[in-house]
Amino acid sequence: MTETGIALELSGVTKTYRISQGLFGGSKPLRALDNISLQLRKGEVLGLVGESGCGKSTLAKVLLGLEQPTNGEVHVYGQPFASHDRKWIARRIQPIFQDPYSSLNPRKTVREIITLPLRVHDVVESREWDKEVGGMLDLVGLPQRLIDASPSQMSGGQRQRVAIARALIMRPKVVICDEPTSALDVSVQSQILNLLMDLRDELGLTYLFISHNLAVVEHIASRVAVMYLGRVVEQAPADRIFDAPKHPYASALLDSILTPDPSLGVPDVNMDGNFPNPVEPPSGCTFHPRCPSATALCSRKRPEPVDQDSGFVTCHLHDPAHQGEMA
Amino acid sequence: MTGIDNDMIIAPSPAQQMRRRALRHWGFLIGGSLLGLIVLLALIAPLIAPHDPYVQDLSQRFLRPVFMGGTWEYPLGTDHLGRDYLSRLLYGARISLTIGLVTAIISGLIGTTLGVAAGYFGGRVDTIVMFIITVRLSMPVVLVALAVVALFGGSLTVVVLVLGFLLWDQFAVVMRTSTQQIRSQDYLISAQALGCSTTRIVMTEIMPNVLNNLIVIITLEMAHAIILEAALSFLGLGVQPPLPSWGLMIAEGKDMLFFEPFLITIPGIALFALIFSINMLGDGVRDVTAPENRN
Amino acid sequence: MEPLLSVENLRVEIPIGAGLLKPVRDISFDLKKGETLCIVGESGCGKSLTSLALMGLLPRAARRSGDRLRFAGRDLLGLKERQMARLRGQSMSMIFQEPMTSLNPSYAIGNQLTEGMIRHQGVSRAEARDRAILLLEKVGITAAASRLAQFPHQLSGGLRQRVMIAMSLMCDPELIIADEPTTALDVTIQAKILGMMKELQAEFGMAMIFITHDLGVVARIADKIAVMYAGTFVETGTAHQIFDAPTHPYTKGLLSCIPVPGKTKRGSRLGAVPGVVPSLVGGVRGCGFASRCPVRQAACGKEPALTDRGAGHACRCVMDSDALRNMVWEAA
Repeated sequence: MTETGIALELSGVTKTYRISQGLFGGSKPLRALDNISLQLRKGEVLGLVGESGCGKSTLAKVLLGLEQPTNGEVHVYGQPFASHDRKWIARRIQPIFQDPYSSLNPRKTVREIITLPLRVHDVVESREWDKEVGGMLDLVGLPQRLIDASPSQMSGGQRQRVAIARALIMRPKVVICDEPTSALDVSVQSQILNLLMDLRDELGLTYLFISHNLAVVEHIASRVAVMYLGRVVEQAPADRIFDAPKHPYASALLDSILTPDPSLGVPDVNMDGNFPNPVEPPSGCTFHPRCPSATALCSRKRPEPVDQDSGFVTCHLHDPAHQGEMA
Repeated sequence: MTGIDNDMIIAPSPAQQMRRRALRHWGFLIGGSLLGLIVLLALIAPLIAPHDPYVQDLSQRFLRPVFMGGTWEYPLGTDHLGRDYLSRLLYGARISLTIGLVTAIISGLIGTTLGVAAGYFGGRVDTIVMFIITVRLSMPVVLVALAVVALFGGSLTVVVLVLGFLLWDQFAVVMRTSTQQIRSQDYLISAQALGCSTTRIVMTEIMPNVLNNLIVIITLEMAHAIILEAALSFLGLGVQPPLPSWGLMIAEGKDMLFFEPFLITIPGIALFALIFSINMLGDGVRDVTAPENRN
Repeated sequence: MEPLLSVENLRVEIPIGAGLLKPVRDISFDLKKGETLCIVGESGCGKSLTSLALMGLLPRAARRSGDRLRFAGRDLLGLKERQMARLRGQSMSMIFQEPMTSLNPSYAIGNQLTEGMIRHQGVSRAEARDRAILLLEKVGITAAASRLAQFPHQLSGGLRQRVMIAMSLMCDPELIIADEPTTALDVTIQAKILGMMKELQAEFGMAMIFITHDLGVVARIADKIAVMYAGTFVETGTAHQIFDAPTHPYTKGLLSCIPVPGKTKRGSRLGAVPGVVPSLVGGVRGCGFASRCPVRQAACGKEPALTDRGAGHACRCVMDSDALRNMVWEAA
């Protein structure tokens, strides 16, 4: 558990919510995260992709210490979450959110927003604050004159830079980027991506990069994990997964990338039906009702992760134990 | 690292925009000036009141105001006990304002605490608070106030306490909704992810953003409390004589309604002006601080 | 043959406190039956207001003017609001980004689907219902008949958008204007809906104006593209012209910003368009893009015209075609 190369490790993390079924219906369990095991190596960018409702946001909340996992453990730099409080986690893991219009308190100035972590953690003397803020503004490429500006005076790109400065002022080890560019214009999005890559090199950060924009994930991530209905169905190095996805869901997802190539039409996504109700997940492999390669086995037996290419696939198709039945 | 989307002209700051909107908002300006004037008069009442408001002079009863043929000795005339009406009106402003303010503070504290707690914690806390609000809303304010005052006797303190403990429902409802809206904002989640304590989150992240709503409710409830006090005093169950409450002045003048109507119209106009100015100011604050909430 | 929609110098002006806002300036294009025009641009470029201006749905404060706005042989500029409303119900319809706000939450979707058709075309309830079921099936909704009784909040985002598309097709329109119809949806659903819209277009032959900021979507569905910046078209052409040989510096900059799987080197620095959009109050003096353009010159102080650079590929820039062709985007 204390290997030096691992920045963040999730082992068997499960998060179950109770969903109320009306006044007399009692409640049903909803497995937002189902036995998730992932490792983020120091300095890498792990892209986390999946569609809405797959559990990406819940995973981010667990990693930020905002939700307690029902089961399983999270280690950051070899130390378990369980034996520390939220402040301890906050010094090591920080978030960057999607919408820079909602992530900054509209009643505060840039200075107040960026110094909030210093106030809370009381690690820097207050007369040093301005110097720290100035340094952060330089780091994220904002002019010093914005220090007393309020969020409403800034553009989306500038706000996102302020949010990044706030996340980084405590020098965290791991940054959870939750759709950090999705709300931004194309020309601003590229600037923020460039900035995030520069900061990673400069500060030795490790990113968990959650996004539905697969082209961006392909560009920035070194490894990719694909989630479906609370499970990681495939995890592999980025070039391998984008060149040859193994899990049928991963390949359907990658088929839907719209590269700006006018000689291609709209892709035919090889996936049926709708996203299932997470309170009543399908039996066996939860993807089987939509899977083009599903067999009788898939509706019966739940697949377990099979190690492959320094990652894993959770699919019977790629499980040597079931080769005969899947043919 | 290049900050390349930065050569943007800085828009006016929220404070500047607010000032600009305030200076263009007639309701805000009129309400503010009128209320300011009333507060000022109340504050300097001891300096400008021509007479002691409590001193009776039965030989000078029912003198008419100067514009109805009276003398400048008693500019607004005298009441049934020969007390100077202008002086009583000035001192009465102090009572009305005190009642409005103290009631709003008491009910504001109760209501805001309940509302913010319900909105922030949700779940069981929310259920309990909603239940308390429902219970409170099912009690008729005037009847309960009358009953309590009848039980404990009328006095300024009793009236303020009763109203303070009855008028918090609006605070709770509005603060609950505003907090719920902020609850889902990313800046709140980000503060939690920083390890901020609940107290800090409530005080520095939530309160500044619900302040404008709070001010609007404070003005509404001040006006509400002042009117209720006047009503209670009119019924003889509010502030007790000889305190110069405006409601009491109207009550004392009602016997002479057909003979000396100024006894009722003067405190009536004062009461109207005060309520009007507070409400104008409240509307103005809403438009000036959050013009997007205007409907 | 006369095009279905012909627009010449369409303008939108909004009086605001500080002056006259000119969010749409001198937009011209023709659209034939069955064609898809994509208007692509970043937030604030005026693309949504353009679509609202075409539909006659501008906010009350905004004023629309132009030299020509002809649709199916009629002059839209001279139409009264009532005639325009009739036209909107019958031959042009609009799809918005967030279907939840355009569907009425308190009516079953069956009522909402059939209402317009019954009112505008005077068909019977049963006929309208049959068409609604047919179209719901066409947009890929299973058990369509039973869906009619459902309410918008019972449907997922993807299903709601399908219902919106079915609704826009109820009166068999000749033109559909779609404003970011798939932006709020998951990628697999986006691909399905776009594919379905193209199929329906092939089947019913309607023209589409597609407003989006997503260059990937544009490349895959457009016949013609108009790149919009600061309220006006800066480059127009076919999809191949725009993507294979972009001409205007802004188009080149925009294309350099997006990572293209298989083309952009993984992890490399992406291009950038520095600076911000100019204020549109009182119109823009000179070329609107000059402040952000790495090859700006003295001549940019006067707004250049949108000129044809061959085969209908037009560009609004003072530089000649050869210089533009050779220009490589390098952020200033």
